[in-house]
Amino acid sequence: MTAVSDPQSVAALAAEAVDNRINLDFETEGMTLNMGPQHPATHGTMRIVARLDGEQVISAEPMCGYMHRGYEKLTEVRTYPQINALINRIDWLGSFANEVPFILAAEKLMDVEAPPRAQWIRTILFEMSRIANISLFLGDFGLQLGGMTAAFYAFRDREWVLNQIESATGGRFHPNFDRIGGLKDDLPKGWIDSSHTAMDKLLAFCDELEDLLVGNEIFQARTRGIGVIPAEIALSYGLSGANLRASGVDWDLRRDNCPPGLVYDKADWKVWTHPDGDCFARTWVRLQETREAAKIVKQLLDTIPSGPVMAKVPRIIKVPEGEAYVATENPLGEMGYYVVSKGDLVPFRVKIRSASFNNVSIVPWVARGAYVPDLVSILGSLYFILGDIDR
Amino acid sequence: MTLLLASFDPPYWLSTLIKVVVVSAVVPTTALILGMVFLFKIMSWMQSRLGPQEAGPRGTLQLLADGVKFLQKEDIAPNGADRWVFKVAPLVVLMSTLLLYVALPASMRLVVADLDVGVFFVLAISSLSVIGVLMAGWASANKYSLMGALRAAGQLIAYELPMVLAVVGVVIQAGTMSLNGIVFAQADGAIFGWGGIGNPYILTQFVGFFIFIAAVQAELTQPPFDMPVAESEIVSGYQVEYTGFRFLIFFLAEFATAFAFAAIAAVLFLGGWAVPWLPTSSDWYYVLGPIVLFAKVMMVAFIIFWVRFTYPRFREDQLQSLAWKVLIPLALVNIVVTAALKVVL
Repeated sequence: MTAVSDPQSVAALAAEAVDNRINLDFETEGMTLNMGPQHPATHGTMRIVARLDGEQVISAEPMCGYMHRGYEKLTEVRTYPQINALINRIDWLGSFANEVPFILAAEKLMDVEAPPRAQWIRTILFEMSRIANISLFLGDFGLQLGGMTAAFYAFRDREWVLNQIESATGGRFHPNFDRIGGLKDDLPKGWIDSSHTAMDKLLAFCDELEDLLVGNEIFQARTRGIGVIPAEIALSYGLSGANLRASGVDWDLRRDNCPPGLVYDKADWKVWTHPDGDCFARTWVRLQETREAAKIVKQLLDTIPSGPVMAKVPRIIKVPEGEAYVATENPLGEMGYYVVSKGDLVPFRVKIRSASFNNVSIVPWVARGAYVPDLVSILGSLYFILGDIDR
Repeated sequence: MTLLLASFDPPYWLSTLIKVVVVSAVVPTTALILGMVFLFKIMSWMQSRLGPQEAGPRGTLQLLADGVKFLQKEDIAPNGADRWVFKVAPLVVLMSTLLLYVALPASMRLVVADLDVGVFFVLAISSLSVIGVLMAGWASANKYSLMGALRAAGQLIAYELPMVLAVVGVVIQAGTMSLNGIVFAQADGAIFGWGGIGNPYILTQFVGFFIFIAAVQAELTQPPFDMPVAESEIVSGYQVEYTGFRFLIFFLAEFATAFAFAAIAAVLFLGGWAVPWLPTSSDWYYVLGPIVLFAKVMMVAFIIFWVRFTYPRFREDQLQSLAWKVLIPLALVNIVVTAALKVVL
């Protein structure tokens, strides 16, 4: 928790001023602009009802639920291995990261621990899905701001990571690789070397994108000082992940509250924060996070222990009665599963805490007083994935 | 061959017919060439992807296939639209593009109308297209269209002035507003008494060239100034309700205008259709002139499209402050310096 910096307090004052202006009795006739459910800036089916005065946004209300698939209800009629395949589809760009907290919660209830080699591979794949997710964000945010080329570079270089995930798990987007008590398989031959190569490519991609996009004056003019979220506001809206770190809050579940079963403490890495809390800060923090993730993967690849990848677990998984909540630092923020078991083949109730739902809840606050182009910057930099909002 | 062309002096009706046919054939061709070379090939090369491969050899006929596809589509006007204005608007935009080609010289006599105020004419005509854009945006009965059209109108105020002021430097140096006259002045000019390569004005008017290219970028609504047609904000702006051949007309007009402005830049700053060491009175220019101009146009167009594929977009108010706080003062300083040097030297 850091003190509020100057740009943040200025932004808070500006938001107050806009509030006062809106509450005036005399109000010019505005326009209601319905952005979505089919709009490029919402990258999915979210709708933003924006009340405009000219090009200035007076109020913006996000409307979610167009893609609601009822996952929390579906988990009540599916066995634990089946749920694992289901929850891959929540944040579809970083699928493996969705499996891990659920499996860890189930392991916690069953009192099972995966062997060290499985823990290492889990962490590596977790970070790889983070890279796959965020590297696409970096390119896509450029596309939102009008720079086409960055998006194509992101799609090109993300393929390096996806190839590694595919060769290890068999699935490019939906690995379904994590199991209670370990992993489905061991790594294929030569995977460690090719992963080193892929991480080098990704680090080069980060440098390239920093030259092409993040260092660009126009990009900075479009993002610096836009959509400033002060630290208190970010905390009170329940923001997590890079959005929170960009507001200057030094908070990362990987370091602060790492659940057993992931081995982040075995690698030397750094949590980046940025004091400004604007769109640029969020982009920059994600860029640094991608680099750190690549470093974590490279270090863990060198220290990966030998041994089995699966602990002894019964063939038919019955989770003993109890409740457990496990949250991890997913690419989009804190993702947690609250699993309630009555000792059955299926869980009694699963509450999914996904990061994007909380992250978009701040849109009405932060979009107030912004311009329509800034609304696109804000939505892009908050970085939500529709599957992660609607589940 | 060249002598034959030089002695060719058709009657008025025939020359008018030839001019109409040539302009209406050249405009779509230039749009096709720019679309093919830059939008498909150069863009895919810059973005490290393949681009179109299937239609024709190495995908060269892709744009024709797209055009045929557009012609097959239904011509839809939205329910609340002002139908007449909605349907006329693309033609107004295309008209301003066609008129641009009237004054462009491809050699001394290969020009539809060699106007004494050619520079003035092309700059005035080019801003007419905004009327068509406003009509399209207003008549579409769509909020995104309306915002796009109003942005285009606001943008006009920002870039038109720097563009005119940037050209004033060239006009002062050449001493004429005729486009052919500017070509002659560059071909016959001398750099500190050395007339080896003439005096292409990009050497002396590089500030003007920079401002002109920036303003052209805004005129063409291309990144970094593509706010009127921003896909990720207002979903292609005023074009959002257009389908079929009316959308195709917008597309044609955009790329033909890009070609025309690249040609104007080539004439004003790169010496137009003339090459050094060959006097402008030579009959060879009947064949050589269009080729030389085309080569120079492609060089300018490469810069324009390179910027288009690289930069993110400004916000509307940032364009205004860039135009009024940077480009216009810079252009004014350029004019003062040019005028002073013209008097001194």
